[in-house]
Amino acid sequence: MSGAPAEATSFKDRADAALADRILKVAVERTAGTAEAKRAVAVDAFPDFQAARTRAAAIKDHVVAHLGHYLEQFEANATAAGAKVHWARTADEACDIVIALCKAAKAKSVARSKSMLGEEIGLPHALAEAGIGRVETDLAEHIIQLADERPSHIIWPAMHKTREQVSALFKAKHRTPHEEETIAAMAESARRELRTQMLGADVGISGANFLIADTGAICTVTNEGNAELSLVPPRVHIVTAGIEKIVPSMPHAVHMLRMLARSATGAALTQYTTFYTGPKRPGDRDGPEEMHIVLVDNGRTRMREEGLAEMLRCIRCGACMNHCVVFRQIGGHAYGGTYPGPMGAVLTPVLDGLKQSRDLPNACTMNGKCQEVCPVRIPLPTLLRGWREKSWREGLEPQSLRAGLGLWAWVATRPRLYRMGTGLAVRAMRLLGSKGWIRSLPLAGGWTRYRDMPKPAAQTFMDQYRKENGR
Amino acid sequence: MTQRKIALFVTCLVDMMRPRIGFAAIRALEAAGCDVVVPEGQTCCGQPALNSGDTDHAIALAKQTIVALEPYEAVVVPSGSCGGTIRCHYPELFEHDPEWLPRAQAVAAKTWEIMAYLDEQCGWKPEGVQMDAKATYHDSCSGLRELGVKAQPRRLLKPIAGLELTPLAGEETCCGFGGTFCVKYPAISNAIVGEKADAIEATGADLLLAGDLGCLMNMAGKLNRQGSKVRAFHAIELIAGMGDGPAIGEEA
Ligand code: SF4
Repeated sequence: MSGAPAEATSFKDRADAALADRILKVAVERTAGTAEAKRAVAVDAFPDFQAARTRAAAIKDHVVAHLGHYLEQFEANATAAGAKVHWARTADEACDIVIALCKAAKAKSVARSKSMLGEEIGLPHALAEAGIGRVETDLAEHIIQLADERPSHIIWPAMHKTREQVSALFKAKHRTPHEEETIAAMAESARRELRTQMLGADVGISGANFLIADTGAICTVTNEGNAELSLVPPRVHIVTAGIEKIVPSMPHAVHMLRMLARSATGAALTQYTTFYTGPKRPGDRDGPEEMHIVLVDNGRTRMREEGLAEMLRCIRCGACMNHCVVFRQIGGHAYGGTYPGPMGAVLTPVLDGLKQSRDLPNACTMNGKCQEVCPVRIPLPTLLRGWREKSWREGLEPQSLRAGLGLWAWVATRPRLYRMGTGLAVRAMRLLGSKGWIRSLPLAGGWTRYRDMPKPAAQTFMDQYRKENGR
Repeated sequence: MTQRKIALFVTCLVDMMRPRIGFAAIRALEAAGCDVVVPEGQTCCGQPALNSGDTDHAIALAKQTIVALEPYEAVVVPSGSCGGTIRCHYPELFEHDPEWLPRAQAVAAKTWEIMAYLDEQCGWKPEGVQMDAKATYHDSCSGLRELGVKAQPRRLLKPIAGLELTPLAGEETCCGFGGTFCVKYPAISNAIVGEKADAIEATGADLLLAGDLGCLMNMAGKLNRQGSKVRAFHAIELIAGMGDGPAIGEEA
C-alpha cells in the first residue's frame, strides 16, 4: 500500500484500497500470522500466564493512580544520575524541546532509534522542518524513511512491505546497494548505509519502553541492537517518553518486559534490552556527555480523567492488532493514525479527535479477541463501545443509522406492533427470494453484495408458537 | 427431576429468520425436564442499539426484556451474543441506576446460553439421536469469550450417532458478522467471512454448526454465494434431533 497521506481520504476509502491490495494482505498475514503462532507457544509455556497478566495490569493501574508520585521520584533520581528532565504538555511542546536541544548541541544530524511516541508527536517532521538530518537506525524505520511512508504497525513499522518491495527500494536508494537478492545481502547493504551515518550523528534520540522510578533509569528494547549503537556514540542522548511509561522499580520493569516480549513476538526476551542511567560519568570509557529526558503528556492526563485510564496500561506490544480480524484484512495504514488496530482505535480519537476518527471504534466486530490476548488486560471492546456512545451522543453517527435504529427500537418497545411488523416483514422478504435464498435485498445491499440472505420462514416463531399453543 | 419453570428468550433473529431454532430449543429443554414458557413481552434484547452507542434505546429495550423475564426461575437463550448482552451488558447499562441495577443483575445471574444450560445446569445429553454426517463447529465470539461456551456444545453433539466432528482451523476466529458491523463495513466483513468460508470448505465437512444465528447466516450466506455444498445448522437443531430438516437457506 502506498504511503498516501492518511488525512486526504476517508477510512472506508483507505480500507477499500487496502482490501484491493493483495500484496499487502500477503505481507500482513506473513508477519501477524507468525506472531500469533509464536505467541501461543510462548504463552502456553509460561507458568500461569493469566496470573502474570493480572499482576501486569495491577502494576500499571497502581502507577497510573499515583502518576504524580512516581514521576517526581523518577525526576529526582534521573537528575541525581546526571540527566536533565523536561516536561511537555503537548506534541508541539515536546518537539520544540527536542529541536531546541538539538540546536544547542549544534546538531547537523541525529540518529533516531524507533519510538512510537516520536511518531505520535510528529518528531520526524519537526526535525525535517528544522533542517536537521535524521538517520533511522531501526531497519524497518529505515525502510519507511526511504519510502517516505508512515509505520503500519507498532512493532514492525514496515510489516506492510514484502521482501521484494524492500529489495527494490534499497536498490534505488542505497549508495552501495546489494547485488544478490538475499536477506543477508540486503541487511549488509542497510548496515553499510546506516552505520556510517549513525557514527557521524551528533545527537541520538530514542523512546523508552520503561522509565524506572526508583533509579531514574530508562529501558529500551530492540531486536537489532540499534538503540545501543545510536545512543552511545553521540555526544547527546535525548529520550522522549509518554508519562505512562513509568514503573516503580526494576523488578516491575522485568515483569513487564517478560509480558511485552512474549506478547509481541513470542520471544522470552527481546534480543537487546538496555538500561541507561544518566550520561557518561567521570572514568566511563563511552556514553553521551549529556542525557535529556522529555516526559510527554499529550492527552494522557485527559485520558485518565475521561474514563480511559485502563488504556494507559498499554505497553505497546501489538498483540491486539496481530490478533484482530479487521487489522489482518486492512493493515495499519487504513487506520489513518499513529497507532493502528484495536489499541489505535481507542487512542486515535484522543489524539486526532473523535470527529476525524469515529469510524475506528465502529469498524470492529466486538469479538473480544484483542482483550483476550492483551497482556495487561485492557478491556478494549468496552473502551471502543465508550467511544461509540460518545459519538452517538455528539450526533456524529450517520443520520441513516440513527433513523434506522430509532425506528427499530420504537417498534421493538411495542410488542404488539412488533409482532405485526415482523410478520409483514417476513412475508415481504419471502417475495424477494427463490429456492431458499435472497440474492438482493433492498436496504441491505451491504449484505447481499457479498453474500446471500437465507429466506425467512413463512411465519415468525411467535406466530407459530401462539397458534400451536392455542392462544 | 423437578420441573423447572424457565423462560425461553427466542431472539429477534430466530423469531423472524429461523423459528426452527426456537422449537428445537423447546424440544431439547423439555427433554431435559424443563417447563418452558415463551414470555409474550419479549422482542429484541437491544444489542444493535447497545453496540451502536445508542444507550437510551438499549436501556429502553433492556427494561422491557427484564420485565418480561423476571418472573422465571431461569432464562435460556439460543444465542451467545444475546445471552452475553443480558448477562454481561445489562448490569453495565444500569450501573448508575439504583432502582434497575438489582433487577438487571438478578436477570443476568439466571440467564444462560442454551447449550451451556443443558449441559451444565441440567446435566442432560441427547438420547437416540442419529445424524450421519461430518460436521465442523465455529465458536461464535460472544458465546465463547463472554459466556465461556466451548466444551458444552461439543459434549452435547458427541452422543449423536453417526455424527463425526472435525476441527475447523481458526474455529475461535471471528466470522466477520459483528451485528451491525457487517452492514456498516460490508467490504471488510466480506473479506473476513471469505476466509472463514475457505477454512470451512477445507475441512471437507458436510455440515457447519454454530450457536448463533447471526454468524450462521453470515457464513452460510457466503458459502452459498461461493457455490459451496456445506449445509449450516444451529447446533441445537441437531442436538434436539431436528437435523433431518432443511438447513439454513434450504426450502422447507
Ligand atoms: S492494548 Fe494491550 S495488546 Fe494492544 S498493544 Fe497495548 S498492551 Fe499490547
